[in-house]
Amino acid sequence: MEPLLLYPDPPPPVLVQALDLAGYPWKAAGTAEAATRLEPGDGWAGAVVCADVDGEGAFALCRALRKRDLPLEPLLVMVAGHQLADLELREDMFDDFCVSPFQDRELEARLKHLFWRTGQGTRPELVEYGPLILNLETYQAAIAGRPLDLTYMEYELLKFLATHPGKVFTREILLSRVWGYEYYGGARTVDVHIRRLRAKLGTEHEHLISTVRSVGYRFGQSRWGL
Amino acid sequence: MAVMERPQDYVLRTVEERGVRFIQLWFTDVLGIPKAFNITPAELENALEEGMTFDGSAVDGFSRVQESDVLARPDPNTFQILPNRENGPPVARVFCDVTNLDGTPFEGCSRHVLRRQLERAREKGFSFFAAPEVEYFYFAGEEGRPEPLDQGSYFELTVADLAGNLRRRTVLTLEDMGIPVEYSQHEDAPSQHEIDLRYTDAMSMADTLMTVRLVVKEIAREAGVHATFMPKPLAGVQGSGLHTHFSLFEGDANAFHDEGDEHHLSAIGKAFIAGVLTHAREITAVTNQWVNSYKRLVVGYEAPVYVSWARNNRSALVRVPAPKRGKKESTRIEYRAPDPACNPYLAFAVVLAAGLRGVEDGYELPPEAATNLYELTPEQRAAEGIAALPGSLSEALEEMERSELVAETLGEHVFTWFLRNKRAEWADYKAQVTQFELDRYLSTL
Repeated sequence: MEPLLLYPDPPPPVLVQALDLAGYPWKAAGTAEAATRLEPGDGWAGAVVCADVDGEGAFALCRALRKRDLPLEPLLVMVAGHQLADLELREDMFDDFCVSPFQDRELEARLKHLFWRTGQGTRPELVEYGPLILNLETYQAAIAGRPLDLTYMEYELLKFLATHPGKVFTREILLSRVWGYEYYGGARTVDVHIRRLRAKLGTEHEHLISTVRSVGYRFGQSRWGL
Repeated sequence: MAVMERPQDYVLRTVEERGVRFIQLWFTDVLGIPKAFNITPAELENALEEGMTFDGSAVDGFSRVQESDVLARPDPNTFQILPNRENGPPVARVFCDVTNLDGTPFEGCSRHVLRRQLERAREKGFSFFAAPEVEYFYFAGEEGRPEPLDQGSYFELTVADLAGNLRRRTVLTLEDMGIPVEYSQHEDAPSQHEIDLRYTDAMSMADTLMTVRLVVKEIAREAGVHATFMPKPLAGVQGSGLHTHFSLFEGDANAFHDEGDEHHLSAIGKAFIAGVLTHAREITAVTNQWVNSYKRLVVGYEAPVYVSWARNNRSALVRVPAPKRGKKESTRIEYRAPDPACNPYLAFAVVLAAGLRGVEDGYELPPEAATNLYELTPEQRAAEGIAALPGSLSEALEEMERSELVAETLGEHVFTWFLRNKRAEWADYKAQVTQFELDRYLSTL
C-alpha cells in the first residue's frame, strides 16, 4: 500500500501511533509543495490532515490537494471540537472528519470506511517480507513458497507482526491488539504463541521474529537496521 | 443467520483454500483414549455452527443408561492442518468439546472437567501452566512383545540408530504442528525416549499431549515400529513417567515466586504444594490409572513412592527445581507421579484442584525431605510422618472413592464411571495367574 499523506510535519505522536498500530504506512508533509515533492510514484493512498493545531494551514493544504488535476482522495480532516463550525462551506475539501482527541478505533473505522467508499483496496491484500507472504484475503501464509499451517491465533499474531515490520511490541500491546483485552491468559500466552510460530517457521526462518530483551518482540528488521 | 465468527471464518476459508479433503473431529473418552470421526468440508460449516451429533453410548464413558445423543462441538481455535507426510490431499484436525443436545456441557467431557477447574482458578485471578516430560518406549515388531530396539543408555550418542531417527522425525513433525519441543533425549532404559514440551496453558497442553501421543505412535508405525506409553513395559528397568512442571500466574506475575523467600517460593506456592501433597493419595488413581501404572511406582527406579517434596531430590513426589538465575517466571513445581498413559485433562484438573485447595484453606507445607527417601526404614518414615503413594490400582481406587475433592473435581458422572470401570479392570487382573507365580510356585509348591 502506498503511504498516507500526513499534515503537519512532524505529525502529532498520537496520530502516528494510531496509524502505525492500524498498519497504515505514512509520510508527513508540512506544505503543498512538500506534498507534491514527496508523493510516491503511484500517488498518495489518501491524506489525514490535522486542523486542530494550525487550522488555516491545514485547510489551505486541503484546498491545494483538491485542486490538483487528480484531486487527492480520500481526505480525512482532524478537527478539535470548537472547530466544527469551520467545516461549514468547506464540505468539498474533505471526505470525512474526526474530532480530536480521537479514539484509535474511531479513526481506524473512518479510514476503513473511506477507503471502502472510494473503492480503493483498503488494505494491502498481500503482505510480503523477505521469504514470508501473507494473503490477508484468503488467510493463507507461506514461507519460501511453503504453505504455513497456522492456527487462527498464530495467523492473527503473525499478521499483526508482519504488517508492522521493524516495530517492537511489548507482550501487553500484542495481547491487547491480537487477543483483545478480555483474554485472561496473560502475557505468557504471547510467549507461547511466539514459540509456536517460530517452531512452524522452522530453524531457517525463526529469526524473522526476534526477542527484544526485557521489551517484547519484533518482526523483521528495524528501520534503522538496529 | 448468525454472523460468522472470525476463527470459524478462518477455518472455513483455510479448508477451501488448501483443498482439505476431510476434517478429523478429535475428542477423548474418560480414560484419555483418543476418539475421532471424519467429516467433509461440506459438513464443516454446520459442525462449527451447531456441532455434530453422535451416539454417546458408542464411546466408553459417554452416557450409559440413557442412550442419549451428544454433540461434538469443534473448537475452531484448535484447527490445524496435519503435516502431510505422504503427499496426499491435506487433512485437518480440530479438538471438540462434547455437549448435550441443548448445548450444555456434557458431564463425561474431559475438556469440560479441566475447563471447570481452570475457571475456578481464573476466578481467583490465576492461570495455570503445564510443561510435561513425556517418556515412552520403542519396540520392534508387532504389539504384544516388548523387544527393545537398542541398548543405548542415557545421553548416549547413537549415530545410525533407528529409534533416534524416529525421535528426531517426531520432534520435527511436532514443531511443524506448532508444538515446540524443549529437549529430546534417549532415556535410561533400553529403547526409552523422552520429549520435553515447552509450557503452555493447561488446556492447550492437554490437547497437545493427545497430539503428541498420536504423532509418536504414527511415526513409529510408518517405520514398522511400535511406540508405547505403557507405564512399565519392562521389568527391571525404569518405567515411563510424565513428570509435569506446573505454575500459577497472577496476570503476568508468577504466583509461586517470592523474591524475599529464602528459596524464592511464595506463600501461594507453598500452600499449593501442601495441597498437592495432602491430596496426593486421593488423586493417584487419576494420574496413574492402570494396573500397570503401579509397577512403575516402586522403589529403585527414580519413580516417586513417598509423599514428600524436595528441592533437589529425585525420590520426592514434588520437586521444586531451582529457578534460573534472575528468572522469576521459571519458578515452578514438578509433580513426578503421573505417567504418560493418563488422561491429561483429568490429571491436570485433579492436580490443580488439590493445589488450589491448599491455597484456599491455607495448608501448611511440611518440611522438605532431606535425605533419599528410598533409604529410610518404615519406622523412620513413620516417625517423620511420610506417607506412601498407593501401592496398587485397588488401593488408589479406595483412596479416590473416599475423596470429596476428586468427586467434586471430576463431577459425579465421571467419578462414578471411572471407579466402576477401574474396579472391573482390577477384578480382571486379580483373576489372572501370572508368569511370576508360575515361575515361583509351580515346581516348589
